[in-house]
Amino acid sequence: MTAAPPTKPATRTMTMVAAINDALAIALERDPAVHVFGEDVGVMGGVFRATDGLQARFGAQRVFDTPLAEAGIVGMGVGMGLAGLRPVAEIQFAGFLYPALDQVLSHVGRYRHRTRGRYHVPMVVRAPYGGGVHTPEQHADSPEAILAHVPGVKVVIPSTPTDAKGLLLAAIEDPDPVFFFEAIKLYRSTKEEVPEGHYTIPLGKARVVTEGDDVTVITYGGMVDVSRKAADAARAHGIGVEVIDLRTITPLDTETVLASVRKTGRAVVVTEAPRTGGYHSEIAAVIAEEAIDALLAPVVRVTGFDAPYPPFTSIEDTYRPNPARVARAIKQVMAY
Amino acid sequence: MTTNSTADLLQVLNEHGEVVRPDLLPDASTLTMLYRAMRRIRHFDERAVVLHRQGRMGVFPPYGGMEASQAGTALALTPEDWLLPTYRDTGAALAYGLPVSTTVAYWRTSPHGWAMPEHLKVLPFYIPIATQYPHAVGCAVAEARQGTQNVAMAYIGDGGSSEGQFHEALNFAGALNAPCVFILQNNGWAISVPTRTQTRATNLSKRADGYGIPGVRVDGNDIIAVYHAASEAVARARRSEGPTLIETVTYRVKPHTVSDDPSRYRTEDLTREWEAKDPVVRLAAYLRAQKLWDDAHEDALQSEIVEEFEAAVREADTYPEPSPTEILDHVFAEPTPQLRAQGEELRREVNA
Ligand SMILES: Cc1ncc(C[n+]2csc(CCOP(=O)(O)OP(=O)(O)O)c2C)c(N)n1
Repeated sequence: MTAAPPTKPATRTMTMVAAINDALAIALERDPAVHVFGEDVGVMGGVFRATDGLQARFGAQRVFDTPLAEAGIVGMGVGMGLAGLRPVAEIQFAGFLYPALDQVLSHVGRYRHRTRGRYHVPMVVRAPYGGGVHTPEQHADSPEAILAHVPGVKVVIPSTPTDAKGLLLAAIEDPDPVFFFEAIKLYRSTKEEVPEGHYTIPLGKARVVTEGDDVTVITYGGMVDVSRKAADAARAHGIGVEVIDLRTITPLDTETVLASVRKTGRAVVVTEAPRTGGYHSEIAAVIAEEAIDALLAPVVRVTGFDAPYPPFTSIEDTYRPNPARVARAIKQVMAY
Repeated sequence: MTTNSTADLLQVLNEHGEVVRPDLLPDASTLTMLYRAMRRIRHFDERAVVLHRQGRMGVFPPYGGMEASQAGTALALTPEDWLLPTYRDTGAALAYGLPVSTTVAYWRTSPHGWAMPEHLKVLPFYIPIATQYPHAVGCAVAEARQGTQNVAMAYIGDGGSSEGQFHEALNFAGALNAPCVFILQNNGWAISVPTRTQTRATNLSKRADGYGIPGVRVDGNDIIAVYHAASEAVARARRSEGPTLIETVTYRVKPHTVSDDPSRYRTEDLTREWEAKDPVVRLAAYLRAQKLWDDAHEDALQSEIVEEFEAAVREADTYPEPSPTEILDHVFAEPTPQLRAQGEELRREVNA
């Protein structure tokens, strides 16, 4: 009798970048329509190695380097999507998405609507975003609010390896265009047991990170970890903080947000984007519209500043919200 | 199909140290001036990498091996002309006149590196690709409209020339007869992507044809040829004869930045071939053969350069770290009420 085959572990320890790589490999494996492309994604496997090994495994037709032209990358993706493929484009840094904004604003989100459903663009655009790792100018931008403002596109921003994998697979399988922002700070700083094989996490469903009765902190992406630390500190002072990780900002899971705010009566919204006109303001507005009766204090936003993200290493941490700033906001809404 | 074919390539001093265009050979003092400029910026490149390893410099994109392409173009300008360099063009900015201390500060991520000197028209290194090309057209058109003879020189890489804004700028410049000199440094790579993956075109100077402007292809490791082509283009622009695109054919022998690992995408055979075409060594050999240069000259230049750079680094060492509220400075001429409030908030936090 031979020994029983070793049972495959159901999970594997992964960083977020490894989880993204895994999701891309699974998508490429499952669906021949999936194509991965962008600057440096092929031979080099991406500047963050998110596409490492994919070209060797799936060939240069499915995984390829493009010319350095973001409008070209996104615009070509639109055409590929219209014509039956599932393009998964990478923009090297979210701050370099700007040359492609014409395509995004003029076309990406409009095709289904402007053809009364005849055509649609099942495209995913992945882009690393955010600060905390001392990058040069324009590499640390958080432009998610710009995208979230465009009708017809979805915006997904994971905060854990498990979520990154499941949400990316859901995004790739989604029939509509999805922007998928990956916090650079999280690529390698968190590791966890990630389920093996294919699974999806539905878009538009927030995750309650920690439960609490006194304050709701609503955030996503690179700020989840920061907020969780602030919540831990507050808990030590007897304040119960419920941290909600939105996971997708459009569609927004208003139900989870409002249920929590109705329970706690206080809300702090945390992002690392500039203050004015950010997505945090949208969340605050939704709370004001739907749950004003439940509020015991005004909604407080913790954000970056109305200035470009500073590339000055020694003061970068001043711009990007840290746990202490979130903790002060929690205190502020408690003291109101 | 070779990417860097020598057809149509302007050369004065070829890689074997032979003068192939004696008619274009400048006088001895120009030759030594060109050499000194290359040696000076090479020193910066080498020092920057060392400073980075010591933790005294941030991410730095080296330009070593491209000194001829950078110095040869920037030296064709006067301080009245505009220079729009990319992150790769520290050498060009230094040759144009940007103080070494400012440059060190820039790559140390200090706001002092953003304080562009009043007596020059140089803009901070452009990090987003190709976005500076339309600015150069604007600067050039503005100079022309204001009746000056000043020109604008903008840099881009082979990769950057794939961006739409590169093409828009060339078209605008032609249509508006802008006094612009477009430098396209074809160094073979856009991070990991070789030029042949970037484009099917094998002669990037020909892109100028599509916009009705002159395109020149020059040996980017031959500073005599580069300087000649750039000076001609600048002169043409000053005579109101419009823009020129200059492709300098060179090679990025160094990594993309100090944190890049080129072994992931290339073998070093071709790099070694290009190292043999080193622009600094090439001109040194020629100058020595002509008895225009010797060890004594070299030693004197070396100590001059070392002294200049050490003094600049010492000066940059004295620049204080920015204060937290500096992140809010210079967003508008007058801070908005929102920025004022955010400044207050920051001050409270810093003091908390
Ligand atoms: C708009 C934009 N997209 C992407 C990047 C990221 N990036 C930085 S350098 C680079 C390659 C540039 O290659 P090339 O233009 O040939 O210039 P080189 O670095 O070789 O001098 C890329 C893709 C960027 N800085 N800006």
